[in-house]
Amino acid sequence: MDPRLYDRIAAATARAYAEAVVQLPPDVLGALERARANEIDPVARAELENILANVDLARSTGLPLCQDTGVPVVYVTLPPTVPFEQALFDAIADGVRQATIAVPLRPNVVDPCTRKNSGDNTGAGMPVVHVSPGDTFTVTVLPKGAGAENMSRIEMLLPSEVERIPEVVVRCVLEAGARPCPPVVLGVGIGGTFDQAAALAKEALLDPIDAMDAYETVLCDAVNRLGIGPMGLGGRTTALAVKVKRAACHTASLPVAINVQCWANRRATSVVEVD
Amino acid sequence: MDLTTPLGDEVLSLQAGDRVTLSGIVYTARDEAHLEMMRHGIPFDPIGAAVYHCGPVIAGDRVIAAGPTTSARMNRLSDFLLDAGVRALIGKGGMDATVTEQLRGRGVYLAFTGGCAALAAARMELEDVYFPELGMAEAVWAIRLDRLPLVVGIDSHGRNLFAEVQARAVTAAGRS
Repeated sequence: MDPRLYDRIAAATARAYAEAVVQLPPDVLGALERARANEIDPVARAELENILANVDLARSTGLPLCQDTGVPVVYVTLPPTVPFEQALFDAIADGVRQATIAVPLRPNVVDPCTRKNSGDNTGAGMPVVHVSPGDTFTVTVLPKGAGAENMSRIEMLLPSEVERIPEVVVRCVLEAGARPCPPVVLGVGIGGTFDQAAALAKEALLDPIDAMDAYETVLCDAVNRLGIGPMGLGGRTTALAVKVKRAACHTASLPVAINVQCWANRRATSVVEVD
Repeated sequence: MDLTTPLGDEVLSLQAGDRVTLSGIVYTARDEAHLEMMRHGIPFDPIGAAVYHCGPVIAGDRVIAAGPTTSARMNRLSDFLLDAGVRALIGKGGMDATVTEQLRGRGVYLAFTGGCAALAAARMELEDVYFPELGMAEAVWAIRLDRLPLVVGIDSHGRNLFAEVQARAVTAAGRS
């Protein structure tokens, strides 16, 4: 790979990571503002006011919204002119290292068994990188914090249990309670294989949350009837949105994955210039 | 109500769901700091003190980010603090029935909004550090607060707002 392209990929990754941890996307900010207007409980309103004040402060100071700056999940669209090679992954990892120093990010990435911290937010298989073909070369960083990620679930339902999907989603949020820092955004992956359902659930978190289809609205309303509310202190807003992605699956399978995301539904995209 | 440390019997009048602000000194402590204090003693005056479940990001003498961590991890680690005279535990997500009983007649659990690291840092000045060898996230930092906005999650009369909300959610899930 041309070293200049390598550097531009690293810089685009660092830029997207920095933007994602400091500044919420407009659709998420809008959802939080609508939630505040919709809450009548003074405690729930106060929690959302704290969140919105925090979002403002992070943007004005250029400092991270939350001290858990997550682990890097990266989505790349690759145009046909750019070769698909190992250097792409190396450049993205370099960008993560650069952002770790520049922002600064909290070093969160450890060996799963020794728990030794790499110090630079990279490691075996980390950053997680998903590549798909596209017209332009873009790098999207979705920093994933642990509080909400740990509440995520996957269930292999029976093919006869399609009607149970809402119940599975609601139970996931009920069992999570206050722990994932609600109001949450839920990415739901339905179908595919075991691993594909989880990947779809995470990918669903990239979708704008200012619109939901009829099925997503049914799931979101069911979750909000729990009344867990902002930070588990009660209220109307337990979920800001539910986004669903589907894939075809085996006739004998029905995988359902729920990726739980805290209110800080962070994501940002940078474009990589190609000669 | 505007509270200032050291805290006294005014905390006994607080009710779950009350909104308060807290000024004065808080001491950060996560899992490792609790274990260290159990082994080597509490390095600050615990009478009327407030302990904040937080692993901050510190740069030099500045607090960069200091949102709350999950308090439930400290459910089994907090009795010695309350026995020593600590009056407030601060964090996110609430604590269990055992801690609710330990707080009875003595102190309160105050909830700070999860993820609000920038808001917290803007209301904080760094004063001191104990057990720095535990590392940045696990050390005990003495931090001066300027009116941090909090909610009484568990009061000193046995009311636990988190548990009440969760019980209602279980009932609501049963209905749907």
